[in-house]
Amino acid sequence: MNRQDLKTIIYAEKKKEETNKYKHKICVCCGAGCISSGSEEVMKKLQEEIKTRGLENEVEVIPTGCMGPCNQGPLMKFLPEYNIYQKVDCSNIAAIVQSQLIEKKPIEDLLLFADSREKPFIDARDDPYFKKQLKIALKNCGHINPERIEDYLVHNGYLALDKVLFEMSPEEVIAEVKQSRIRGRGGAGYPAGLKWETVYKYVNDQKYVICNGDEGDPGAFMDRSVLEGNPHRVLEGMAIAGYAIGANKGYAYIRGEYPLAIKRFELAIKQAKKLGLLGNNILGTTFSFDVEVRIGAGAFVCGEETALIASIEGKRGTPRPRPPFPAESGLWGKPTLINNVETFAAISPIINNGGEWYSEIGTPKSAGTKVFALAGKINYAGLIEVPMGTTLREIVFDIGGGIQNGEEFKAAQTGGPSGGCIPAEHLDVKMDYESLVSLGSIMGSGGLIIMDKSSDMVDVARFFMEFCMDESCGKCVPCRVGTRMMHDLLQKICDNKATQIDLDRLEELAVYVKETSLCGLGGSAPNPLLSTLRHFRKEYESRIVQHD
Amino acid sequence: MDFELPLFLFNKNAGEFYMKSDTAVPVKDMPKTDPRMKLIAAKLKKESFKPDALIEILHTAQNAYGYLPKEVLSYITKALHLPPSRVYSTVTFYHFFSLKSKGEHTCLVCTGTACYVKGAQAILNEIERGLGLKAGQVTADNKLGVQVARCIGACGLAPAVVLDDEVQAKVAPEEIVQKINAKIGTL
Repeated sequence: MNRQDLKTIIYAEKKKEETNKYKHKICVCCGAGCISSGSEEVMKKLQEEIKTRGLENEVEVIPTGCMGPCNQGPLMKFLPEYNIYQKVDCSNIAAIVQSQLIEKKPIEDLLLFADSREKPFIDARDDPYFKKQLKIALKNCGHINPERIEDYLVHNGYLALDKVLFEMSPEEVIAEVKQSRIRGRGGAGYPAGLKWETVYKYVNDQKYVICNGDEGDPGAFMDRSVLEGNPHRVLEGMAIAGYAIGANKGYAYIRGEYPLAIKRFELAIKQAKKLGLLGNNILGTTFSFDVEVRIGAGAFVCGEETALIASIEGKRGTPRPRPPFPAESGLWGKPTLINNVETFAAISPIINNGGEWYSEIGTPKSAGTKVFALAGKINYAGLIEVPMGTTLREIVFDIGGGIQNGEEFKAAQTGGPSGGCIPAEHLDVKMDYESLVSLGSIMGSGGLIIMDKSSDMVDVARFFMEFCMDESCGKCVPCRVGTRMMHDLLQKICDNKATQIDLDRLEELAVYVKETSLCGLGGSAPNPLLSTLRHFRKEYESRIVQHD
Repeated sequence: MDFELPLFLFNKNAGEFYMKSDTAVPVKDMPKTDPRMKLIAAKLKKESFKPDALIEILHTAQNAYGYLPKEVLSYITKALHLPPSRVYSTVTFYHFFSLKSKGEHTCLVCTGTACYVKGAQAILNEIERGLGLKAGQVTADNKLGVQVARCIGACGLAPAVVLDDEVQAKVAPEEIVQKINAKIGTL
């Protein structure tokens, strides 16, 4: 397929969309969360219902990716009215269809958040849950069928790839990404444009692009939702990166725990290849790019880039010292660009709208938006995307609907086992890379777990330390031995058997492990401990038994 | 044979390690006798016997058998021309691979942060109380195995439990034993 063919397809699909024979669209969320709540049966029942009423020609039913409020699922959205129904049950589908499509008025009692708000919002876009959000990486999630490439094409899919191939040089693409000031969404926040430029500068006949979808943080499911909801967006981002740095081969490393994401991503690759948007001579140009999926086998440390590379090579996923960085010597010793799923998902809008547009969103140092997986003791758990710099208070209370059962907010845990806890007195902290670091936490990949007073902070620290202890690859001593010792000391405190000496030793050890570990796992393993010590020291001290 | 390790035999004459095998069937004939082995053989061919595809092939084997039997590992090792130690070290490194059967039915309790905050431990306690199984254990008749997962990414539905391949959302501790029994018939 060449450029003209792509334009023709997009034009034809758009025309079809405009002269839509369907008066209504019903989106049924088929993200992993809603499927677990039974959305597939809902979808089947809905299709039957529409058939028995003879509405097949008026109504289109679309299975979509994640819409956001996962714990209210299964979700069903009526377009163009934007009425969202929550906790849809096979038994009330008939009533919803009757009221919505025949009587043309929504059933308010069944709308999203009807059971928790005084009055639900008829048009869901007016709801503060959605109003406070800005969806860029998740833009089409929940609107399009992730298993149809045509749906993506209608929403300007692959236009950015078309633009870079025909109108931009690799240098210009890199300049655009640099101008957007987007930082790596995997956790460390390294400027993506700089990384691209570094890989671009190394001259080699073979380079690789790797998409890091090994979302190992417990309590995080952003990458999963992006891959499930809009796999083509990630694929397009990877292809653009390949063009910019001069790579012709990409690998997507996806967690084995995400079978649906793997299935949809593999399907996306197949469809894109069929249309000539991937493979040899993309759109008739000399640029070729192929993507292969590698399935993670369950090792947290494989989120670290050098460990991930070892795993793709079929070895034990143990990290190696850097430098050389993967940008110089990565997969099979070749220059390799590794970015997170979410970073790749943000590339096509940056190309389409310009780097300047993206850089104006968010805060001066952290541009753009961030996807958070909001979970824990919060009313509306799910997936959200907000501009950088949104305060924690806005996320917890305006979007998340406050703490469950009207309890008091105690702490928010960010960054998983590498991050820390933010206490109530810092609720007004701006969610950006620097502010979180100044509180002893990190942005991380975006897991945000809300805790109320039932959470014991010492036990939380022990929980994360146990995780790091289990997941330590065992290569370097500070991490292998240090995490075990810290875990045992924390267990001792939890059992009310520790003395002040133990606590002092724990703090000392935490600093050693942090300073001397080989990779990020060990280097950040003491973070949950240090941050809970900093903000909740009293809880530790109350457990200390006095030495006699 | 000179000495043996948990998974290997050392043959002094050949100066080589061999992976132990429980079957009398020669390794090269295995695909002919076992349809699951055919799957693995096909995958090996698809990956053109490249050693770097080891993890992909182990995934196929793990899915086919539910665990990695010794003879299967031995077959893969030979097909990829890898030292057994390399295969063994890779298998034991990753959580996904198991050298022992995980049971016909599996109950996977998510212990990710969100599930932890919402009481995953209470679910595990209840399973131990009701069925006498701790995480990582399998019933004597190999009917049910209980495992824990680091995070299955269904945090909005915490606490979550996966019974066979079906995710159970917002599980209350008191109903878990009943759910398991309903799934696999009374133990």
